[in-house]
Amino acid sequence: MAAVQSGVGDGVEEKDIKTEPPTDGFGNNANDGRVLSSSPGSSAPAASGKPAAGGTPEDQQTLLAVLQFLKKNKLTESVEILRREAGLPEDAQDAKGADSSGSGGAAGSVDLEGGDASALLSRVTVSSSAAAQAPTKVAAEDQPDVNVVLSAYSQQGDPALYEVYYSGLKRFIETVLDCHRAELSQVFYPLFVHMYLELVYNNHENEAKAFFEKFSGDQECYYEDDLRVLSSLTKKEHMRGNETLLDFRTSKFVLRISRDSYQLLKRHLQERQNNQIWNIIQEHLYIDIFDGMPRSKSQIDAMSGSLAGEAKREANKAKVYYGLLKEPEIELPLDDEDEEAENEEGKPKKKKPKKDSMGSKSKKQDPNAPSQNRIPLPELKDSDKLDKIMYMKEATKRIRLGTDNLPSICFYSFLNAYQGLTAVDFTDDSSLIAGGFADSTVRVWSVTPKKLRKVKSAADLNLIDKESDDVLERIMDEKTASESKILYGHSGPVYGISFSPDRNYLLSSSEDGTVRLWSLQTFTCLVGYKGHNYPVWDTQFSPYGYYFVSGGHDRVARLWATDHYQPLRMFSGHLADITCTRFHPNSNYVATGSSDRTIRLWDVLNGNCVRIFTGHKGPIHALAFSPNGKFLASGATDGRVLLWDIGHGLMVGELKGHADTVYSLRFSRDGELLASGSMDNTVRLWDAMKAFDDLETDDFTAATGHVHLQDNSQELLLGTYMTKSTPVIHLHFTRRNLLLAAGAYNP
Amino acid sequence: MADREERRFAEVSRDSVKLMAESAGVDLGDDVAALLAEDVCYRLREATQSSSQFMRHAKRRKLTVEDFNRALRWSNVEAICGYGAQDGLPFRSVKEGELFFVEDRDVNLVELALATNIPKGCAETMVRVNVSYLDGKGNLEPQGAVPTAVQSLSDDLLKYYQQITRAILGEDPHLMKVALLDLQSNSKIAALLPYFVYVISGVKSVSHDLEQLNRLLHMVKSLVQNPYLYLGSYVRSLVSSVMYCILEPLAASINPLNDHWTLRDYAALLLSHIFWTHGDLVSGLYHQILLSLQKVLSDPVRPLCSHYGAVVGLHALGWKAVERVLFPHLPAYWANLQAVLDDYSVSNAQVKADGHKVYGAILVAVERLLKMKALSLSQPAEGATNAQSGSVMGAMGYRVSSPGLSPPPEPLSEAALGIASHLQAGGAGCPWEEWTPVPLPAMYCELYSFFGDSLAVRFSTGPGFGSYPPCTPSQLSDTRKEPSGPASNPDTTRKMPQLTANLNISPRQDGSPRTDPPPPSLAATGSGRTLARSSSVQRSRSSSSRSGQRSTGLVFTAVEKPLEEELRAEVEELRRFFLQENPCVEEGRLGKLLEKALSVHHSDVNVLNAEADERRYDFTSSLYFVIATLTTMGKTWCIKDIMHESLFFDLENNVI
Repeated sequence: MAAVQSGVGDGVEEKDIKTEPPTDGFGNNANDGRVLSSSPGSSAPAASGKPAAGGTPEDQQTLLAVLQFLKKNKLTESVEILRREAGLPEDAQDAKGADSSGSGGAAGSVDLEGGDASALLSRVTVSSSAAAQAPTKVAAEDQPDVNVVLSAYSQQGDPALYEVYYSGLKRFIETVLDCHRAELSQVFYPLFVHMYLELVYNNHENEAKAFFEKFSGDQECYYEDDLRVLSSLTKKEHMRGNETLLDFRTSKFVLRISRDSYQLLKRHLQERQNNQIWNIIQEHLYIDIFDGMPRSKSQIDAMSGSLAGEAKREANKAKVYYGLLKEPEIELPLDDEDEEAENEEGKPKKKKPKKDSMGSKSKKQDPNAPSQNRIPLPELKDSDKLDKIMYMKEATKRIRLGTDNLPSICFYSFLNAYQGLTAVDFTDDSSLIAGGFADSTVRVWSVTPKKLRKVKSAADLNLIDKESDDVLERIMDEKTASESKILYGHSGPVYGISFSPDRNYLLSSSEDGTVRLWSLQTFTCLVGYKGHNYPVWDTQFSPYGYYFVSGGHDRVARLWATDHYQPLRMFSGHLADITCTRFHPNSNYVATGSSDRTIRLWDVLNGNCVRIFTGHKGPIHALAFSPNGKFLASGATDGRVLLWDIGHGLMVGELKGHADTVYSLRFSRDGELLASGSMDNTVRLWDAMKAFDDLETDDFTAATGHVHLQDNSQELLLGTYMTKSTPVIHLHFTRRNLLLAAGAYNP
Repeated sequence: MADREERRFAEVSRDSVKLMAESAGVDLGDDVAALLAEDVCYRLREATQSSSQFMRHAKRRKLTVEDFNRALRWSNVEAICGYGAQDGLPFRSVKEGELFFVEDRDVNLVELALATNIPKGCAETMVRVNVSYLDGKGNLEPQGAVPTAVQSLSDDLLKYYQQITRAILGEDPHLMKVALLDLQSNSKIAALLPYFVYVISGVKSVSHDLEQLNRLLHMVKSLVQNPYLYLGSYVRSLVSSVMYCILEPLAASINPLNDHWTLRDYAALLLSHIFWTHGDLVSGLYHQILLSLQKVLSDPVRPLCSHYGAVVGLHALGWKAVERVLFPHLPAYWANLQAVLDDYSVSNAQVKADGHKVYGAILVAVERLLKMKALSLSQPAEGATNAQSGSVMGAMGYRVSSPGLSPPPEPLSEAALGIASHLQAGGAGCPWEEWTPVPLPAMYCELYSFFGDSLAVRFSTGPGFGSYPPCTPSQLSDTRKEPSGPASNPDTTRKMPQLTANLNISPRQDGSPRTDPPPPSLAATGSGRTLARSSSVQRSRSSSSRSGQRSTGLVFTAVEKPLEEELRAEVEELRRFFLQENPCVEEGRLGKLLEKALSVHHSDVNVLNAEADERRYDFTSSLYFVIATLTTMGKTWCIKDIMHESLFFDLENNVI
């Protein structure tokens, strides 16, 4: 059957080419392509009376392809339904086909090879050389499959010419004015990848290899990892399961280029009639054109490096309520007096005014804060209030940190952790520490003299006097007191771990695809949340409890509530694994870092992606919000820490110093310092105050997103503290601003 | 074409694929094998790439078999079992077949199951905390100290620990002796060190029990003497325990029948021993000790027994410490003490007795201060004085530490002698900087005003009268040298008023009233001799400038002692005077004094035998400096105990 079809196809195609008007194919096509991209309907004005029928031409073509597929499989009913619903006229495909053959390469971008003899081929090869080769190509990819239709790598050129095209463009860009060169150089990488993939896709293995050999060296060094993946891929069959490729095919690479530079490039391509490249730019690249001065090389380098180029400017325009929620006023007296009365009679009166003043401070509503009930938050329990009081008391004793008042660092070493320590978390009051291990266990230690006890069994609980004052004490089983407890349940390494703010629960996420909720009263597993069917790399409780977020290999971050076994929100958009997840202090947003080298900020309320931060050159492994909610710090495998202004959606700082992956970041309680812990066995302290104070975001920068970063890492670095052979995988500031670090000692 | 590719990735060759297929009973064509080989390569690379993320998330740098298996599992490929071992598996080749394989020995399960030495499971995972950085400053306690502290203890060690502590703190004195001896020589107890240190820190809880305190101190001594133990930062803890015994008003001292004085003496001895042998492990230890001693001394609220402790502590730390701390505080302290001593009321009797103890301790300390200062001035080389300061401990402390190995930071040294100068760095920046040495005569005057004749009396009799039999010539010569100081001292002290008068005339040579140690004439004498003796000495001298001249004196003394006793004594006498020199020295009387001193010296050799310890000490330290100077090396030398003597004699023989 395939042979027959291809035969027919070939015939038609040849006819098409012959019927093409004798005008210069190149110029014509290029023009059409431009028109097509600028206004979707205009490409087929004559063909159908409903230009808007299919939305963008791509959509329409996709629909047509589906139609053809259905038709081929004799699913006439479905064809009818689809046609009705999409509003496509009966003759749409024919008309479309005719049109696309007329409009040349632009429409040909989508493979519309039909199985039906009646269907006209939409794919048209434009260059004469390609035309000569066409028959064989068609035979090779004659598989009427939706997959293939969507793959969009069918367009063809002479494989031998790819190198010529590419080096031609390279020559051109090298000769343009300096100010444009940096901007235009951005095109190289996506072009290179797409051309290579096209070659591979069309089974020109040797040409692909040669192409890679010749030009891979020119690419920016931060794409090295991707190139490595790419280079191992030389066969079409391999492309199918490869995620990196999927990313490239399904998403458009975003470039930001000034209008002048863009015009320059366009003119060049038109003059040279370099159709191949032009097509790729049209189809696979999203060029975000801005007016004004072209950006410098350093500006571009700061923002690039992600898997899919930079973020579109619109992506970061949404309003983010980054302010903090008003702290609930706690009328402590009742609990407080009870507590204080135990100590001393006269004290409570003294203390009260203090707390009131603190309360009034937080009463001021932050203009940037979301409304209090933007997302429903759990009610405060009595025990939470008690904890808040404790927190305030501790906070009054907090040390103010600064450049000349650095914190003391306590290091919690995990010893004999031969099974592999993979995650650590402290409770907010620093009384418990938990470790996730590669042997699937979670271990909890008490770091205060208070031992960990389980609640008594149900039978025993029946016996106790429920009216007694110390009932909470009585329910605990003294026999089970121990310094540490081991939680068994996962069937794979535990990669993420998080205590609930009230210290009653512990979350753990594992390679086995589940997130588990553990009770720290009974030390048993309460719930296993199944949703990610792949390893879950990280999870974190909301600062207000109840909600938690998880993210993993399936590229989707999920928002859960502890009492729902299914996720409440799914945040999808990342192009690779989600490696770390963090809640914004106001609990209204979630930040996720990914192996696609971007950070996204998601709105919990509606699940929208409100910020995309690009600039890291490696997978992101650490995130931290500043306590005031305005800034975000992120650390990646490249050893750099980047600082982001959430409100403006801009990169505001780059901290260079670490020699290896940054696995943990933490702001001090008042946000004066940023501590970073890394695989290179160091803890570094950075002057966050200075980094953020020096900042003046003018409207222009905010509008264009062009950042000027000064290289002041050395000034901001306040200290480097070595451990001995212990990677720092977690950092925590106690309520009094003592820095706790944790890691496993690897002798 | 694919050269680079091949270099970048491991490739599975076509032949391998064919071979594997054959072993599975399939016959493959060449082209199929080639295709398969390529595909296998690709799949391997893909799996490797995806396994790397498991490594990253496990926060490791090393890719493990387990990571790879996970990657395989997630791509729905069966995992490979049997390669999870931590250590590498040997990869062997068969020569004939160009085959490579992983060695996989048979395991005899029966044997394993019936084996008696079943391996213990690995130690429990635990969390330990330590303060790594205080106030973000300094690497106070490198985190590396932790693992030794929490090394899992084997049962044997635990048993040992229990036995030892039980023996030491128990009733049986014989058992205790054995335990202490073992503690002193056992080479395998490093892991227990923190536990022992912890036990010792229990001094605070047994301050009522002199016996226990004593035992704990002995334990400290044993630990310190154990050559296999690296005390590291535990020195601090040990020192604080010892200091507790020295300084605190122990509960045991409430009862006057308890002889807590001896305990304090012993602890002081121990302190200086620790300091001299391990002082280099913790920087600034010396000053911390001095500061805390000073604090106690200057605190009038403290009981007298604490003051006593401070004085003996200072005394044990050497005469420089006495000079530095005790001497300046003496005037202030004296008034208090005098008040106690002058109170003859009955109720005060006990306190007064304590006061006398303190008085005695101060007297001993200042006497030695005077003596040693005099000696140091007569022996300008700093190294000698440097080492002398710890001399009281000579018997136990000095021998263990080779003086060159651990010269403690000695900020008091005035000379810029090569080696000494780097020691001085340790003292820089300390609160002692403004301290200026008091010239000996002034010091003497002051002390005399306090103690009066008792000072002199003590001098002439000497504490450990004639207990040390002089035997070897070198020792003899040592003792000869020594007497010069004290010998003249009794003289001067007895005639205190005269001396002052004498000294008035002094500025005959220098003209300056400053204490400028080496009078040119003397230096000339010394160097002249040395020139004649050995060229190497000369070289060392010429290499060092003014201070080098001083050192020649030392070199000279060390080298020539046996031969030139008489002359040396003379020279030293002379020099001592110049160094003592005071505006009030009368030139005309100098000769007389000299003569007198000489005569005293001759008749008096035995009188000063008591200081034999110091002698030896002095001797060895000179040795060190001789060696150091001769080799003209600035480096510290590691000289083992045993080598001391032999080295010295070799040297002596060679040079002379």
